[in-house]
Amino acid sequence: MIPIDYYLWLSAVLFSIGVLGVLYRRNAIIIFMCIELMLNAVNLLMVAFSNYLNDAAGQVFVFFIMAVAAAEVAVGLAILIMMYRNTRTTDINVLNRLKW
Amino acid sequence: MTLNLFYFLSFVAIFSALLVVFSRNPVYSVLYLIITFFAIAGHYILLNAQFLAAVHVIVYAGAIMVLFLYVIMLLNLNTETEPHKSSVLKIAATICAGLLMIVLVGSFKGADVLVQRSVEGAPVGLVKNLGIVLFKDFLFPFEMASVLLLAAMVGAVMLGKSEARTEPTNSKVP
Repeated sequence: MIPIDYYLWLSAVLFSIGVLGVLYRRNAIIIFMCIELMLNAVNLLMVAFSNYLNDAAGQVFVFFIMAVAAAEVAVGLAILIMMYRNTRTTDINVLNRLKW
Repeated sequence: MTLNLFYFLSFVAIFSALLVVFSRNPVYSVLYLIITFFAIAGHYILLNAQFLAAVHVIVYAGAIMVLFLYVIMLLNLNTETEPHKSSVLKIAATICAGLLMIVLVGSFKGADVLVQRSVEGAPVGLVKNLGIVLFKDFLFPFEMASVLLLAAMVGAVMLGKSEARTEPTNSKVP
């Protein structure tokens, strides 16, 4: 059986790559994709702990996280399309009206 | 054998996740993200979570990524239209993400003493086990998830439609 440390490492690396993408890219769609990457890193860790502790609740939570992620992506992409119709861009440096 | 498979899947996942961030074309980013999701589904199978692996492939690679690809095609972003960003900001972003990873890894120090090894029994991730837990202990959240999905669907449709109604008024003003 694979030690749990390896999954901790893998999830930390995947989560950090997601954070790096959010900070690094300017395209709002790619920022969404990096948020999905972070959600998946957490999901992987939840499944790993669920398997190691022999508790099914963790996997049920992953199921719910997937449902929430699907809803989030649908609404987020709809907002993005609406913004694109108004501003003709998905660059987040242009979409800064809520910035102080 | 299992450890080699773990290393291979981890390498594929991390490599394609890096390519998601660093590829210039958004379509390539989506395709690399699909590879990452398949690698994570392979990890789920390694962890004896067959049901979640199937759901993961169906929901993420089948539904969410198709939605992303569809939006990218719809907005005509499939050319290299990425705005240029100064290299100072890129270096700062890389340093920040690296520091976050150091903090995460540092917080794992001594975490292995907290975890008990699982007893070898019936795998918990099979459809039968998971269905019993889902429909017995988590029945109310399950029903609430359906309400959430309905609300998200209505919201997405309303957000996508609202512009068609306001556009004629905008064009009439001048």
